Order: sequence, then structure tokens, then C-alpha cells
Amino acid sequence: MNFRGRDVVSIRDFTKEEILHILDVAEEMLPIAQGKKKSDLLHGYIMASLFFEPSTRTRLSFETAMKRLGGEVIGFAIPTTTSIQKGESLADTIRTAESYCDVIVMRHPMEGSARMAAEFAEVPIINGGDGAGHHPTQCLLDLFTIRKEKGSIEGNKIALLGDLKYGRTVHSLAYALALFKVDMVFIAPPELQMPKEVVEECKEMGVKIEMKNNLDELEDIDVLYVTRIQKERFPDPEEYKKVAGSYRVDLKLLEKAKDDLIIMHPLPRVDEIAPEVDRTKHAAYFRQTFNGVPVRMALLALVLGEIE
Amino acid sequence: MKELKVQPIKDGTVIDHITPGNALKVLKILGLLEKQPDSIISIAMNVVGKRGKKDIVKIENRELDPEEVNKIALIAPNATINIIRNYEVVEKRKVTIPDEIIGIVKCANPNCISNTNEPIQPKFIVKSRNPLKIKCFYCDREPEDISSQII
Repeated sequence: MNFRGRDVVSIRDFTKEEILHILDVAEEMLPIAQGKKKSDLLHGYIMASLFFEPSTRTRLSFETAMKRLGGEVIGFAIPTTTSIQKGESLADTIRTAESYCDVIVMRHPMEGSARMAAEFAEVPIINGGDGAGHHPTQCLLDLFTIRKEKGSIEGNKIALLGDLKYGRTVHSLAYALALFKVDMVFIAPPELQMPKEVVEECKEMGVKIEMKNNLDELEDIDVLYVTRIQKERFPDPEEYKKVAGSYRVDLKLLEKAKDDLIIMHPLPRVDEIAPEVDRTKHAAYFRQTFNGVPVRMALLALVLGEIE
Repeated sequence: MKELKVQPIKDGTVIDHITPGNALKVLKILGLLEKQPDSIISIAMNVVGKRGKKDIVKIENRELDPEEVNKIALIAPNATINIIRNYEVVEKRKVTIPDEIIGIVKCANPNCISNTNEPIQPKFIVKSRNPLKIKCFYCDREPEDISSQII
């Protein structure tokens, strides 16, 4: 499998076999990601980290991934300090940045921005989130976490909870899980339920889908993937409070859950998981956050051609 | 003396069976007047033919190649292209929808990068031809009503 020079714009750009290969390489990266082993695999390479929008985890874990592999990082986290402020186009910013680096990681508020950047740049573009569009590295680290925590992706029953309508990253995750023939439960208030096209596509891919409006029982669930319900989706703040409150994961809800249920969350969280849950064995979300490092190390090493 | 509504042309291209009312859009999409401002073009709209109403566009002294004409397939899927030489139809073909549609349809997503001042043209990938389904190359959005998104 050769990934050299490939762009990582959407999870749909990869086959199931390619996804598994990335996860295998990420597995090999674990000791380096944990700082237990030193590496200079990417020594001499420069990654440009172009963040046109705020990010904590994606940016820091990409920069850590590059540095753990001996590479260098340039870039910006606040676009107001660059020529974008003077009205420079994204296309020109990308063409400038690529002349200084070997790979570009970017986050931009507009959908399709990473795909456009990939058209202009000769160096690989890795999408760190394009508006409400794709976030393939999040999807890969989610899959990596499920496999690591549960031993495999297949064979689990996975519930996606929260804002399933607007969060396109959950749409990509549902698609990716369907590739692995995972049966899913979509739990969301009716106004934030998974779009019909996504549900239909998953069914066409041969997986069983259940749709629920209430978070009442988790008895047969292996993985509960929680997402944030955003306040701005509701015109009435009272309505938001009511909805958000009824989708809160707390100790009481976990009483009836499977012993080995894991709870995942892409973070940041607000109120959707009670802090008391953090201390339970179910909480996998901080381990999930760490997994961003080995997965991003794997992608950098693969697209730069240092690992096949 | 009987006068023809649209006179036959000696050499050039006749685009027939255009969906009624769309002849001007067809011209706009083909961009002929921008490319050759002195083109001789005649237009007939809402002409009653054997299969009901239609529009016709006649372009003199220019044989359009299939690729440029296929761009009109979105708004005139039943159009036929007739190449005329010395008043005779030497070639007749139907339009076909191309695999990619560039610069004709605008993305319906206001937050799509193709709706900004970036140096790109809107681009769509044809997912299916019947029924016609297209997807924005950049943001993946599928317009529900394609005709309302034509530039």
C-alpha cells in the first residue's frame, strides 16, 4: 500500500483495507507517542500547521505527532497575524505555505476548503476539519480507540448520541462504522436526529440501524459515542436546557449498562457527560484524545512516504 | 410570400429541441458571444414542433464540438445537435450529461468554499444520470433543485 503524497481530506477517500493499515501503523507508533521510545523517522521534514479556526486537540496532537517523530513544525493558530488579514485568498496562502514545507495540516471554517487546498498544493494536505464538513483524522482516531479498547471494531453495537443532524463528523463516523458492518443506534432529539441519507446509506451497506429519541437504556450497547448538543441550534434557551438535560450521561444511567461499555466523546464537552463519570472504567474519552497522537503520527509517516 | 420564422443556415450548428424558455440560458452556458462577439446567432423560442413546444438556436459558421455542447445537458436534456454543411445535416446527435459539471451550477451551501472569492469555479460530480444527481466536488452537498442553482 502506498500512501506517499496522498491527501487526507475525507474518510471516504480510503478503503476499509487502507483504514486498517493506518490503524496498524498507529499501533506501532504507540511507544513513540507515549515518549517511551525516541524516533527521528521524520527528521528533516517540515509540517505546516495552518489553523484558521480555534482548535485544542487537533492542532496540539498534530504538532506533537510531528515532533515526536523528529520533524519540525511551522504555522499559525491565529490567522489574524497573517496576510489573510490583508485579504489574501486561501489558495494563495496554501501556495505560499507549501513552498516552505513538506506537508500541510489545516483547519478552516468553510466546507470544501481542504479539498480546494489539495487541488492547489503539490504537498499532501491533511484536513483537520473543514467547517461542518469532514474531520477524517478524528474519525480514524475514533476507530483506533474502538479497536484498542474493544479488541476489534466489528462485533460491537455502537450508539451515537447527541447532535446527529448537524455534526458531519458523526456522519463520517457512521459511514466508517458501516464499512466495518457495525450495527448502530442513533439516539437524538427528533430535531437533531441523523439525516435520512446517512441512515439509508448505512442500511444499504448492510448494517442494522435503530433510531431512538430517548436515552433510557444502554443494556446491549458496547460503545456509547457522545457528541455535544450545541446551544446555537435552539432558538429558545429554555428548550436547549430541557433537551440537553435529558441527554446527560451520569452514574444513574450507567447502572444498567454493560460492564465493559466504553464511553467516547470527541471533546470539548459541556454538560453532556457528568464529571463523576470520568472516574468510572467506562470513561474512554481522555484515552481517545491521546490516541490522536499515534494516529496522526501514522498519517504523517505514511503520506511523507517514510512508512509504506 | 411565405416567410420562414427562422431561416435555414448554410454552415454551422443547429441546437434543436431545447426545453422551451431555455434558449438564452443555453447561449449563456455556451458562452459563444463572449468567445466570438461577432457570431451570427438566431434564436427561436416556444416554436411548436411535432413533440410540442421547443426552443431552437442556430449558430452560423461554427461547428460546436460535443464536449462544449454537453454542458447544456443540465437545462436542455432532450436537445439535439445538428451540424450543417451546405444546408445539409451532416451529423446529428443528442446531448449527454458529462461526468463533471464545471462553472454551470452554483453550490447551494452558502458555507462552501466555492461560494467565496477563491480562484476556483464551482464543480460538481455526476452521481447518477437518471434521475440526475450531482454532488459538489468541494463540500459534497447535493443540490435538491439543480435548475435553481444554475448560474
